[in-house]
Amino acid sequence: MGILRLSPPGKFFSMLLGFLSLTFYGALGQVTFPVNGVADPRASCFALTNATIVKDGQTTIPKATMVIREGRIIAIGTSIEMPKDAVVIDCSGKYIYPSFIDIYSDYGIPVPERQRNGFDFRGPSQITSNTKGAYNWNQAIRPETDASRIFTTDDARAKLLRESGFGTVLTHEKNGIARGTGVLVTLASEKENLVIIKEKAAAHYSMNKGTSTQSYPGSIMGVIALLRQTYLDAQWYKSRPAREGVNLSLQAWLDNQGLPQIMEANDKWNDLRADRIGDEFGVQYIIKGGGNEYQRINDIAATKAPYILTLNFPQAQDVEDPNDARFVSLADMKHWELAPSNPAAFEKANIPFCLSSADLKDVKQFLSNLRKAFDYGLTESKAFEALTKTPATLLGVYDKVGSLEAGKLANFLVTNGPIFGEKTAILQNWVQGQKYGVKEEEWNDIRGTYNLAISSAAGTSNYSLEVRGSNSASVVGKDTMTTKFSFDGKIVKLSFSAPVAKKGLPTGSGDTASRTMAPRGGRMGGPRGGATSRLSGVAGGSSWNGNGEDSAGNAIVWTATFLKAGTNSQDSTRRKFPPRTGKVLFPFDGYGWEELPKQENILIKNATVWTNENEGRLEQTDVLVKGGKIAQLGKGLSDATARVIDGTGKHLTAGIIDEHSHIAAASINEGGQSVTSEVRIGDNLNPDDINIYRQLSGGVTSSHILHGSANTIGGQTQLIKLRWGLGDEDLKFRNWDPFIKFALGENVKRTTSSSNNRFPDTRMGVEEVLMDAFTRARDYENEWKNAEANNRKKGAQPITPRRDLELDALVEILNHKRFITCHSYVQSEITALLRVADKFGFRVNTFTHILEGYKVADKMKQHGANASTFSDWWAYKMEVQDAIAYNAAIMQKVGLNVCINSDDAEQARRLNQEAAKSVKYGGMAEEDALKMVTLNPAKALHVDDRVGSIRVGKDADLVLWSDNPLSIYARALTTMVDGVVYYDVDKDAAKRKYILEEKNRLVQKMLAEKKSGGPVMAAQPSFQILLSCGDHEHHDGLVTFDVSEIFENNK
Amino acid sequence: MKSTLLIFLLSLSVYRLCAQENISPSRPQSGDIALVHGTVHTGNGEMIPDGLVVFSNGKITEVGKYAGPTKLTEIDCSGKHIYPGLISAASILGLNEISAVRATSDEAELGDINPNIRAAIAYNADSKIIYNVRSNGILLANVIPQGGIISGSSSVMQLDAWNWEDAVYRLDGGIHFNMPNLVRFSTEGDPVKDAMDQIEGVRTFFRQAKAYMHETRHEQTNLKFESVRKLFSGEQTFFVHCDLVKEMMVAVSFAREFGFRTVIVGGIDSWKITDYLKKYNISVVLRQVFTLPAMQDDDVDIIYKAPFLLQQAGVMFCISDANESSRYRNLAFNAGVASAYGLTREQALQAITLNAAKILGIDNRTGSLEKGKDANIIVSEGDVLDIRTSLVSLAFIQGRQIDLDNKQKQLYNKYIGKFGLKN
Repeated sequence: MGILRLSPPGKFFSMLLGFLSLTFYGALGQVTFPVNGVADPRASCFALTNATIVKDGQTTIPKATMVIREGRIIAIGTSIEMPKDAVVIDCSGKYIYPSFIDIYSDYGIPVPERQRNGFDFRGPSQITSNTKGAYNWNQAIRPETDASRIFTTDDARAKLLRESGFGTVLTHEKNGIARGTGVLVTLASEKENLVIIKEKAAAHYSMNKGTSTQSYPGSIMGVIALLRQTYLDAQWYKSRPAREGVNLSLQAWLDNQGLPQIMEANDKWNDLRADRIGDEFGVQYIIKGGGNEYQRINDIAATKAPYILTLNFPQAQDVEDPNDARFVSLADMKHWELAPSNPAAFEKANIPFCLSSADLKDVKQFLSNLRKAFDYGLTESKAFEALTKTPATLLGVYDKVGSLEAGKLANFLVTNGPIFGEKTAILQNWVQGQKYGVKEEEWNDIRGTYNLAISSAAGTSNYSLEVRGSNSASVVGKDTMTTKFSFDGKIVKLSFSAPVAKKGLPTGSGDTASRTMAPRGGRMGGPRGGATSRLSGVAGGSSWNGNGEDSAGNAIVWTATFLKAGTNSQDSTRRKFPPRTGKVLFPFDGYGWEELPKQENILIKNATVWTNENEGRLEQTDVLVKGGKIAQLGKGLSDATARVIDGTGKHLTAGIIDEHSHIAAASINEGGQSVTSEVRIGDNLNPDDINIYRQLSGGVTSSHILHGSANTIGGQTQLIKLRWGLGDEDLKFRNWDPFIKFALGENVKRTTSSSNNRFPDTRMGVEEVLMDAFTRARDYENEWKNAEANNRKKGAQPITPRRDLELDALVEILNHKRFITCHSYVQSEITALLRVADKFGFRVNTFTHILEGYKVADKMKQHGANASTFSDWWAYKMEVQDAIAYNAAIMQKVGLNVCINSDDAEQARRLNQEAAKSVKYGGMAEEDALKMVTLNPAKALHVDDRVGSIRVGKDADLVLWSDNPLSIYARALTTMVDGVVYYDVDKDAAKRKYILEEKNRLVQKMLAEKKSGGPVMAAQPSFQILLSCGDHEHHDGLVTFDVSEIFENNK
Repeated sequence: MKSTLLIFLLSLSVYRLCAQENISPSRPQSGDIALVHGTVHTGNGEMIPDGLVVFSNGKITEVGKYAGPTKLTEIDCSGKHIYPGLISAASILGLNEISAVRATSDEAELGDINPNIRAAIAYNADSKIIYNVRSNGILLANVIPQGGIISGSSSVMQLDAWNWEDAVYRLDGGIHFNMPNLVRFSTEGDPVKDAMDQIEGVRTFFRQAKAYMHETRHEQTNLKFESVRKLFSGEQTFFVHCDLVKEMMVAVSFAREFGFRTVIVGGIDSWKITDYLKKYNISVVLRQVFTLPAMQDDDVDIIYKAPFLLQQAGVMFCISDANESSRYRNLAFNAGVASAYGLTREQALQAITLNAAKILGIDNRTGSLEKGKDANIIVSEGDVLDIRTSLVSLAFIQGRQIDLDNKQKQLYNKYIGKFGLKN
């Protein structure tokens, strides 16, 4: 440690501070380490006096003293006994705050190397973990990771964090789904042994598998399933089941449960998904958000979770080129505008949160972005709490850090003003009683006017030196000179030159310039225009002095003596009114709503009504909608409470139901294994998907969101209603029978892969996957039954089998509580599945795609299966070479309940046309054709008691068409779900207008940002992710990309 | 009786087992044929109720109002609609039988600059897809090679042929340039710059080709340069496959520099720059109307109404169907939906007949029902643009009445038979 020389108190130039801690190791003297040299033990006692001490958010003591010794605070107050051996530091005019805590850091932890590791439809699989040892089966479950064992002090990064006010961080290895424990350390540049505050301060989790190369999980729903299963496995492992042996990962998982549980979710929907996992297993995560939570703040508040927020606000984009700007979505533009309001939204909603420097490209942005958040309404006191008390309390270390109190660590900041003031500088950041200089040059207010006397052989000239800050000053002779100035607390550098004469004016001789620039009372010639005088010196007492060279290169000596203080402009008061911004839309998309549409009573008059019931198609008929239901059907209806829609010349049908859809989900395929019945589409719905709206515009009101066809037993499906604007849970079709997706044939045997190593590789193997899965499920069910019987016996040793989410779903199938919709094409595989089902005594509910269904329609009929097919797709792969457009017609004629589905976000918005193809191919009656996209799917999905036809009492899921709905010329005019109009042509026109205007407003705002010199990045197209059943690549109409990359990039 | 039926069905299924292999191209037209009483849609905007179309030796000899018996072989088309054969302007028909099976895929060659690659060579006249497509009224298809940046030359094929030479309707009529995307789809590197570099490579190729042609004697013959000769002479068309405004502007810059007759294929954003396209006389092949908007903020029906916007602005355009799942059979409905969103039905029809013929440079021979043109004609039971009434019952290519049977119909009949159902 360098010698601290304190100047006597004086108004100016009183200090010559600024010694960085020169010795990194040993200042806190660790006793077991041998000393190479002479022992240098120090008491390290300091007294900071006359400071405004902010102990915590509530308590501020003016003119107070804080005494610290050996890294801890020993006393704070106004009349405290000063230890004799204390080095006294006068902090008049200074503020002292507890330093900040960053609860979400990977400081001092090696950054794991990322690899491309998403599920690849064509690549080989990695079925088992690559981690060697007695660890978990899944490579992404690594709760045994102990950050304290891999932590090393990182001086460079510590310095950056200290400069932003941080003193303590919780750091962990950001890798894997269960990431192990985080270690709480200070940012002292000291030996690791001395900076660790708490070895295991939190347990960390994420929704991203990190560097795991294992194929499973390859989707967000797989991540969720894996987390859920691991909770169950750990619970089961408590009994030390012999068949599991030693599982160090599960043991560590259990050991970590007592710690604060931190989940990196990184997105508003993921936040909710994570919280639901926690709810299921009695865990309240501290959720690390993604910065878009303001878009769903009420849902976020309902989680009751504390959050970790970052200040990683997006930059404005360069939208000068309209052709580039075209591909920046309104949602992305609005997010740019509204992202800084995220912390304020949390404060307003009364949600506890911490602030973290994580995710910033440059930690230096932290304080400036925080100030931006203040502009958007975050209060300073809340921010202070979010950086001190909240994280300390969440981690249970408020007795050590987070406020200034006797006994706590001496982790504090010395500032020259209120901590978050626009002009306030952090002068020093003390960590564990060690001082680290930050902006010590601003310890004293050097602003003011000085007399600058420059002496050379020719004599002395006097100038006026006006100092505005440690990097800004002007030398004034007769005119203001071009000046460069810097002061770092010790060394002064000053250079100045006369401005070059302006063009067009007579430049004259050097003499003219000399005269013009002559110093006050100067006897020597002033500096020549353009030539520079260079001065260098040190601070001492109440003046600076030093030597230099004038513009002619002559040696000079100089003195600057303080004359008068500058205008002491106090911190500008913060903007009282937050900046004008657009509103949040629900969902957060151009076509979203500022105000959600409400349920209405509606009377449709004089329409052609396709009832799908015995009445058939009724001409000039009225339908009354009340309370979300179809209330009346007939002629000449009236209702005073209802809005009347004239249906003259128009057609009214039940809403279209798409039996096979992949919209509105964050992931579709969990292809990591051949059996993944544990994953659930319903776990990862995405209400922001624009295709919901687009499909409403095509008359769709319900969609069955299926898992993809990457494996034989895929995931649990989700029936949704297209309630555009509502949250993920509210999209779900209430009280429906649960379904699951199966798949057969080329996709599950991975025909397109030249290197498949995942069983099965043939249709023979596919059948055995099914046989094996259901055999295991039956044995599993028996195991549970036997265990329960045993456990009912008095005195019996209780048995708890392992709960297996995968087999649970299969047992439900065996017990007719879950229903299969199976992707299938050729007759051999269809028959094979029928026989498996026969053997296990369940029914295959639906065969989907089923392009060779016409060949075995009789067998399907006998079995009681439904059929859901494409209208006219064929010949895109080997197994559909015999597909025919007459398939639906034949199956219908044989007596099957036949649906036409989309499996395609574009086709889904014209399923009415797809149904019409059976009129063309096979001569189906028009009403029967329409039923294939309305009533028949309702039947196949067991919801025909509520939707699929126009009958009094059913849900008011209705579409008004401009023409016969089977006509190519028909357009949906109004689409309602539960009596709520989510699409109609007038509302749509208003939305289009809004998008144009709002986008233009934001373009102008971004242009202004660029003009004003703000940071701007190249325009970044906002690609939509379209998921589909069979491929891994996804198309957005412009380019093709790999979704796993997007998944990674979004991180 | 029962056994007779069974025997009949058995014989039928045996007969039908070799699906499609029994469908033969037809013999040349002999004798004059008059289609009478049908509603004639000429393809150039006109509609003639109770009309008459007469053709002889493969050529149309008369089109007009039915004015009494003709003394010719009359086919009564009462209640039906008569149209020019539909033209698929951008297709890989005949080059790819089953998309996912590599062995059946002949549409994309290796290499970046392949103007000398010729689609006609690999055209499989026996493709099962062809027979399926033509039974929906599509009688001509422009078959385009797909690989690389300059993918080669397309040929217009007529869909009733023994072999590719027999099928050629217009050989090597277009050279195809697949413009790299001028959009920053990745934050890594500078994809737009990379694309521009590739585009400049193409420009250099054409500059060198032009210079090469100025010299008549060559010690070394360059096949690639030789293959674009007719592009410079205006006999070939330059088809630029691109969708975005900047890409289309680059296409125009090629048109201007080299004087090529230029057509945009794709043109998702062509509605944004209709005046610009019109000014430089650029035509557009809208690849597929059944497409999602490029951006989530776009009008949800923007692709459906793009044809109307082009029509309104006077840009020459046609509609094609490149759907790889339904295999190009829905051309008429791509036009139909454009009619639901602004085009008149006759305009929509023109977008898949005469306009396509113009863009492909075959309008002197086909595309409309006009005297002197080839008798490429279809008769539909109802409005051909509307799915539920679109049933093509007669079709003639160069006057030859073609067999509208196909593998799918045969399988239909086979299983109707198996289950004893009524057709």
